Amino acid sequence: MVFAGETLIQGWTWIPAIGLEFAFRLDGLALLFALLILVIGLLIIIYARYYLSKKDSMGRFFAYLLMFMGSMLGIVLSENLIQMVVFWELTSLTSFLLISYWQHRQDARAGARMALIITGGGGLALLAGVLLLGHVVGSYNLTDVLAAGDLIRGHDLYIPILVLVLLGVFTKSAQFPFHFWLPHAMAAPTPVSAYLHSATMVKAGIFLLARFFPVLSGTPEWTWFVGGAGLITLLIGAYTALFQHDIKGLLAYSTISHLGLITLLFGFGTQLAAVAAIFHIINHATFKASLFMVAGIIDHETGTRDMRRINGLLKYMPHTAVLAMIAAAAMAGVPLLNGFLSKEMFFDQALTASNASVWAWAIPILVIIAAVFSVAYSLRFIHDVFFNGEPVDLPKTPHEPPRFMKIPVDLLVVICLAVGIIPMFTVAPILAVAVAGTLQTTPPEYSLAIWHGFNFPLLMSFVALVLGILVYVMRKRLFEWHESGVAHWDARIIFNALLGALGTFASRVTRSFDKGSLQNASVWVIATALLAGFIGFTSVSAPLFGDRELLPVDGVSVLAIAILMIASVLTVVWHQKRLIALVILGVVGLIISLMFVKFSAPDLALTQLSVEIVTVILLLLALYFLPQTTPNETSDLRVSRDIVIALLSGVGVTLLTMAVLTRDFVPISEFFLLNSVPGGGGTNVVNVILVDFRGTDTLGEIAVLALAGLGIYAMLQGMKLHAPDKDSGGRLWNSDLHPEIMQTLTRLLLPLMLMIAIYIFLRGHNLPGGGFIAGLIASVALIVQYLSNGIAWTNDRLKFDMHWVIGFGLLIATTTGLVAMGLGYPFMTTAFTYLNWPVVGKFEVASAIAFDLGVFLVVVGATVMSLVELGKLSNQSHLSKNIEKSKAQLKSQQEAN
Amino acid sequence: MEWLISLAIGVLTASGVYLTLRAYTFPVVMGLTLLAYAVNIFLFSMGRLTVGLPAVIDKTAEVAQYSDPLPQALVLTAIVIAFGMTAFLIVLALKARGELGNDHVDGLDVESESHSNKGVK
Repeated sequence: MVFAGETLIQGWTWIPAIGLEFAFRLDGLALLFALLILVIGLLIIIYARYYLSKKDSMGRFFAYLLMFMGSMLGIVLSENLIQMVVFWELTSLTSFLLISYWQHRQDARAGARMALIITGGGGLALLAGVLLLGHVVGSYNLTDVLAAGDLIRGHDLYIPILVLVLLGVFTKSAQFPFHFWLPHAMAAPTPVSAYLHSATMVKAGIFLLARFFPVLSGTPEWTWFVGGAGLITLLIGAYTALFQHDIKGLLAYSTISHLGLITLLFGFGTQLAAVAAIFHIINHATFKASLFMVAGIIDHETGTRDMRRINGLLKYMPHTAVLAMIAAAAMAGVPLLNGFLSKEMFFDQALTASNASVWAWAIPILVIIAAVFSVAYSLRFIHDVFFNGEPVDLPKTPHEPPRFMKIPVDLLVVICLAVGIIPMFTVAPILAVAVAGTLQTTPPEYSLAIWHGFNFPLLMSFVALVLGILVYVMRKRLFEWHESGVAHWDARIIFNALLGALGTFASRVTRSFDKGSLQNASVWVIATALLAGFIGFTSVSAPLFGDRELLPVDGVSVLAIAILMIASVLTVVWHQKRLIALVILGVVGLIISLMFVKFSAPDLALTQLSVEIVTVILLLLALYFLPQTTPNETSDLRVSRDIVIALLSGVGVTLLTMAVLTRDFVPISEFFLLNSVPGGGGTNVVNVILVDFRGTDTLGEIAVLALAGLGIYAMLQGMKLHAPDKDSGGRLWNSDLHPEIMQTLTRLLLPLMLMIAIYIFLRGHNLPGGGFIAGLIASVALIVQYLSNGIAWTNDRLKFDMHWVIGFGLLIATTTGLVAMGLGYPFMTTAFTYLNWPVVGKFEVASAIAFDLGVFLVVVGATVMSLVELGKLSNQSHLSKNIEKSKAQLKSQQEAN
Repeated sequence: MEWLISLAIGVLTASGVYLTLRAYTFPVVMGLTLLAYAVNIFLFSMGRLTVGLPAVIDKTAEVAQYSDPLPQALVLTAIVIAFGMTAFLIVLALKARGELGNDHVDGLDVESESHSNKGVK
C-alpha cells in the first residue's frame, strides 16, 4: 500500500487535553528507515552473537540492543511529534547503555556519558522546537504539520523553531560543532558501532531533516545553517579520518564526513538534492555497516585496532579482505559500486548550487577536497590493513573469523554491488517511495543510470580518485605536518572543561543554600512559607475576616483548648526532658480526639485516639535507645531566631484559619451526601468516600503505609544499638519483668479487643468505623500482648508473618479494583446488594468491604511490624554481651552530668 | 469558638515549628508530630466547625444538614499517614544514631561531645 503512494496512520488517543496521541505513521520515508533498522539490525544480531566473548553477558547486550531497535523504530514510525521526541530520548538512553556496555572500561564510561550529555541535550532542544511547532500549527500530528509548511516558514517563530530542531539534528547526527562525541563513542562493542553509528542512531538526525524537509526547508536560513554545518562537517570529518591510527577511529570520522555530506545535500534545499541525500543514506548505511563489521572482525582476530601494527592481513584472511576492499571502494566512490552513484548525484548538486551566489563557486572545490580525502582514507584502510608488509607484534595470530560473522558482511557487500551495477532493478522502487514520502509531493525526474556520458560530475570523480591516490602516496609528509600541530586539537578538552565548570558552578549555588544541615534547610523552607504567606496577606484588598456567624463559646471547650495550648507549650518548654515532653505530647493528641468528638466527626475521633496510643508507644520504644535529655543549644542567637520564626508562623496560621472560618462557603460534599446511600450502599459517608468514591486515593495511601512499614523493617535489619544499663538516677534501665497482673488481664482482653475491632470493621460502612480504625484497634490489641508478655512469648503464639499480612492487604485491595475492571467497569467501581440471612436479618453486602479488608490488613501489618521490630531491637540489646562497655559509658555519662 | 480553634492551631504550629528547628532528632520528631496535629485540624476546619450535626445519614428522617464528610475523609487518612511518617522518621533517627554514634540531625555532634552516651559502635 505504501508503494501505491498511500500513508498508513494508526492512532489511539492518549492525553487529548495536551494534544498527545499514541499514533504511528507509515509512509515511504518511514518504510525506508524501518527497513534499514530491521534488516541491518538482524544482520548485527547474527554478527554480535559471534563477536561477544564468553565473559560478556549476552542477555544484557541483546536486551539493550533490542530496546534500542524498538526506540529507533518508534522515531521513524511516529505520527505524533511529542511521541517521536519520547522515542528520540529513548534512543539516547539506550545508546548510553550500549556504549558503556563494557562498564569496567573507563573510556567506555566517559564516551557514553559524553554521548548522553550531547544527544540528550539536543533532545531537549528538539522537544522545545517541537512544542513551538505544535503551538504554531495547532496540532502535534505530523500530517497536519507537513501540510502547514507555508504557515511555519512565514511565522515569527520560524527561526527559533529551526534553530531548536537543528540543535537536535546536529547533536544526534554528529554535525559540527557537536561531532566530537562520535569518535569517543567508539569505545562501544563493534556491533554497536556498526549499528548505532553507521546505520541508525546517527541517521535519526538525518531522518528528521528529511521529515521536516517540506516544512522547514527553502529559506536562506535553512541553507546557511544546514548547508554550512554539513559542509564544515564533511571537510573536518574527511580530513581527520585520514590521520586516525585506530581503524574504528577512521571509520568514525569517515561517518561524520558522510553525515556532513548528507546534511549538505539537504542544505541545498532542492528536490533533486533531497533525492541524492536519501540515496546516499541507503548507500552509506550498507557500506559503512559492513566496514564496521570488518573492523570488528579484525579487532576480534588480531586483538588490536591499531593500523600501524595491523599489516598484510590479506594472506591471513583473504575472504574478509575482499569484502573490505569492495566496501571501502564503495566508500571512496569507485564506479560500479553504490557509493559512486550517489556521489555523482552529489557532485552534480554541488555544481548546481555553485550558481546560487558569488561565493558559492567555492562549494564544488571544497567538495572535491573532501572527496580527495575520502579516497585517501579509504585507500589507507585497505592498504595499511591488508597489504603494506607484515603485521607487527600482534597479540593473536590472525585467521578468518567464524562463518556467521562473515555472512552479514557478505550480504551487505552484495547489496553494494547490486545497487552499484543494476540500480534500476534493486534500489529504484524503495528510493522512489522514500523520496515521495520525504517531499510529500510527486518526486522530480532523476536518473539512476551508471553512465551519463562525459560530464562535469564524472570529471570531478576522476579528479578526486587521482588526487586521493596522490595524497595517500605522499602521506608521510602530511602525517608529520598533522602530528606537529592539528593533532592536538581535541574538542574533548573543551567539553570536559565546560562540564567541570558547570559542576563547580552548580555545587557552589547548591552550597550557598544548602550547607548540609537539616536545621539550615528547615529554616529556608519555613522562611519561604512565611514570606509567601506574608505576600498573600498583604496583596489582597479584601478585609481579613469575613462576616460568618461565629459559634458560641462554652466553658468546657475553653478548658479543653486551654489544656491543649498549655500542653503544647509545655512540650516545647520541657522538650529537653524527653520522657516528660512525650507524655505531655500524648495529652495534646487526646484533646484533639475530644475536639473531633465535639465537632461532629466521630470517625476522626476514633482514629486519632488509636493512632495516639500507637504513636506514644512507638516513641517510648525509640526513647529506649536515645539519650534521655537534649543538650542545650550553644547559640542563644539561634534560639531567639527560632522563637521569632515559630511565633510568626503561629500568628500567620491563626490569622489564616480565622480568615477562612469567618467566611461562608459552598461545600462540594453535596454529591457524596446524595450518592452515598444509593451509589455506595453505606450511610457512613466518610467511610464510603474512603473505600468507594475515592478508593484509588486510599489505595495509594495504604501503599505508602505499607512502604513505611517495610522501610522500617529494612532499616532495622542488622542494626545494633545498645541501651545503657542504668539511668541517670542509678536505677536499673531494664529491670521489670512482665508484670503478672497485666499479663493475665491482657490475655483475657485479647479476644474482646479483637471482637471490638471486627465489630468496628463490619459496621464501618454504615456507622463510624471501618478498615483504618478497626486496623488500629486490632494493632493496639496485638501490641498490648507484645508489651505485656514479651516478644518471644507472643511470637510463639502469633505465627503471622506481618510481611504477608501487608502483602495480602494490598493484594485484596487491588484485586477488588481489578475485578471491577474485569467486569467492564472503571477501576475501583463497587457494587452492593442486600442478602437475607436467617438469624441476622436483612444484611447488606458491598464489594467495598473487601477493599476495606485490604485497608485493615495493611494497617495492622504495617503498625504491628514497625513496633514489634523496634521491640525486638530492645530485646537484643538487653541480651547484649557488651556490658563492660556500657558500664564504662555509664561512668563517663555520670561524670558529664 | 472559631477564635479558640484558630488559636489552638496557631499554638500547635508555633510549638511544632520551634521543635522542628531543634538540633536533635527526638525533638524534631515531636515537632513534626505537633505540626501534623496542626495541619490535620486546619484541614478539618476547612469544612467549617459544626456542633451537634449528624455524621451518618439517617435513612428514616429528612435531615437538613450533615457535618461535611469530605474533610473528615481526607483528615482520616492524613492521621494514619502522619503516623506512618512519624514511625519511619523515628526509626531513621535510631538508624542514624546507630551508624553515627550520636543523635544530632546532621550526624555531627559538635555541640555536646561530653553529653551524650555516644560511641556505641
